[in-house]
Amino acid sequence: MRDRFLIFCGLFLFLALFTYPVWHGIAAHTSTRGPELKLPANQTSCVAPLSYMRSAHMQLLIEWRDGAVREHHLRYTAYDGKSYKVSLTNTCLGQCHGSKQQFCDRCHQYAGISTPYCWDCHQDVAPSAANATVASAAGRHP
Amino acid sequence: MYMLDKAITGSRRYWSWMLFLLLLTAVGFGCYCWQLRDGLGITGMSRDVSWGIYVAQFTFFVGIAASAVMVVLPYYLHDVKQFGKITILGEFLAIAAVVMCMLFIFVDMGQPMRVLYVLLYPTLHSMMFWDMLALGGYLVLNAVISAVMLDCEYQHLPPPRWLRPVVLFSIPWAVSIHTVTAFLYNGLPGRSLWLTAILAPRFLASAFASGPALLILLCLLLRHFTTFDAGDEAIRKLGIIVAYAMSVNVFFLLLELFTALYSHVPEHSAPLRYLFFGLEGKHPLVPVMWLSVSMAAAALVALLVPALRKNRRILALASVLVFGSLWLEKGMSLIVAGFVPSPLNHVTVYTPTAPELAIVVGVWAIGAFILTVFYKIAISVRALD
Amino acid sequence: MKVTRKNFLRLLAGSAASAAAAGAGKVVQAIRSSLPAAPRWGMAIDFSKCPKGCDACTKACRLAHNVPQIPDPNHEVKWIWEEPYENVFPSQPAEFGRQDLAGSQLLVLCNHCADPPCTRVCPTQATWKRDDGIVMMDYHRCIGCRYCMAACPYGSRSFNWVDPRPYVETANPQYPTRTKGVVEKCNFCAERLADGLLPACVEACPEKALIFGDLHDENSAVRQALRSRYGVRRQPELGTDPSVFYLV
Repeated sequence: MRDRFLIFCGLFLFLALFTYPVWHGIAAHTSTRGPELKLPANQTSCVAPLSYMRSAHMQLLIEWRDGAVREHHLRYTAYDGKSYKVSLTNTCLGQCHGSKQQFCDRCHQYAGISTPYCWDCHQDVAPSAANATVASAAGRHP
Repeated sequence: MYMLDKAITGSRRYWSWMLFLLLLTAVGFGCYCWQLRDGLGITGMSRDVSWGIYVAQFTFFVGIAASAVMVVLPYYLHDVKQFGKITILGEFLAIAAVVMCMLFIFVDMGQPMRVLYVLLYPTLHSMMFWDMLALGGYLVLNAVISAVMLDCEYQHLPPPRWLRPVVLFSIPWAVSIHTVTAFLYNGLPGRSLWLTAILAPRFLASAFASGPALLILLCLLLRHFTTFDAGDEAIRKLGIIVAYAMSVNVFFLLLELFTALYSHVPEHSAPLRYLFFGLEGKHPLVPVMWLSVSMAAAALVALLVPALRKNRRILALASVLVFGSLWLEKGMSLIVAGFVPSPLNHVTVYTPTAPELAIVVGVWAIGAFILTVFYKIAISVRALD
Repeated sequence: MKVTRKNFLRLLAGSAASAAAAGAGKVVQAIRSSLPAAPRWGMAIDFSKCPKGCDACTKACRLAHNVPQIPDPNHEVKWIWEEPYENVFPSQPAEFGRQDLAGSQLLVLCNHCADPPCTRVCPTQATWKRDDGIVMMDYHRCIGCRYCMAACPYGSRSFNWVDPRPYVETANPQYPTRTKGVVEKCNFCAERLADGLLPACVEACPEKALIFGDLHDENSAVRQALRSRYGVRRQPELGTDPSVFYLV
């Protein structure tokens, strides 16, 4: 076995590459406990049941998007009867979740799924109350 | 597909050529990544001239793709036996040209990741939807026809009987791809250079001149570099086709000029005045148009005088002049000038930028690569006999 | 009348024709009674009232919709802006007419045509005409092919050649920006109309030169303006049926 050295080098390289996710996880200090979300401060119920939001919030967002832009459905009635204005920045962030970095990104980074490119256009800064009064003079997005 | 091995055996010259093409493709691809990152603003297009050399090249090469019909029709419908050896060349050229067209459209999109929305949300009243279907269908047709034909040649079998109706079907389809491309332009009410019924016939005439001209040049190149000889008769007949088509094309251009310049209607004549004389002191396309016209005139003399056309070198030169003249007219001027003057009567100059040209050259290189691979396979298969 | 085959067929044809006529009449009546509850939004521009150098409407629109201010004129994005009279109405020269027209600045914007060529050509229905007449844009659907820009006979549309965000001075946090690679244009402030507000430009104009309203409502402000003054539209011969009128 003249090639013993080469073979073992190759095996070692293969194992290193194969276990890379483990290294990466250790180096990134991700925990098995799960992402720590900053929950909404002043809201107790969500627009949909938690299990649905966990599995299909993207579906809801797409329905909101096409409904608001193309069908002019500007209000959404939740399963508990509450009515919400259809808006990613104003309702999802502004009314409830506050910060993309402290809510959305926490799970997305933990799961390794990048957030879609909605934020290339939609602003990820929740409009504050002060901004709300200024903005209403200039115009509101439904 | 087992014939692809013919494409990976070749001389040093073959490999140098392929490597050169791959290099051009790599540069073009790098510039495309730049465009993806920074947006289409790295090109020379503007708010007023919102389509530039990408769309212009697309238009030109749809014509080249459609021109395969100029060898297929005589051979299959009129039994012009001399074209028997070169129909496959025409079909392969059509495939390469259609691929180039699709790439030119792809690099022109602002949101290329969404390009399949055209099929996901079909819009029957949009000509772009039909153009995508027509080009896709033409690609499939030609791929099937040429694969089956070449395969049968390789196995020394006659082509299957179902192939003939498929080939006949590709003839009106070829005409339709360039007609629907013309429809992209000539249904727009605000663009007076394009809002003319003769646009589709002009496109077809220039396609049937530039395509066979290119085919003549390709045949001469193949004769020089490989063992493949299309035959003097085939080349001579192609020359006659180019002569007729070019005459019709120049005639159509003169018709357009008359309508615009005699009627004195400003909207009709403004874009043509921009092309030939300049507007508001801006005349970037004037030398291009006059060069195109001089090349066309010289080509017509060479093509219409039989003694000149029969001379092989003069025919080659005439083919270069035809291809060049029409490339300048359709592949550079016609699309850009449709946007001048703008709807608010501004004259905005369009100059393609370096990365834009690099992407164009990259797409040409991909087309040339595909063409070389196919021709290599075809010639190798035939050389086995 | 003897019941021959010929007579029977005549009877059938006659009753079919009268049934069709009655039916057609009923259908027309049904159409008439179901005619728009939907408005047709339109605007009349009294450009003689525009103060020289005023850009209140352009600014208001820009602030409301995060329209970027891009210094390179080739990459400009504009929704409502001023153009010289000669550029807007090139076929109506002012040299022999009213001197106030020659060289004056007119506001131009999307005309929200009733028969828009842009929506006809869009391959993905990213732009379409709503029931209330507004020509809408769906930035999520737009593939950036710019076919609509080629089709618009008025030059109303802009393309995002570069990422607009660095060029948005003051971001309105309640409205999205756009991203590079999509086409945009005036949307008659559809989001403000949904809240019962007037478009930003109309509200911001200090001279009330922009008159907005429902063209189907005879008593609307815009219809009253069009009754009192003659309103011309840009290039009406193209058949686009624009909803923006310029009061002469």
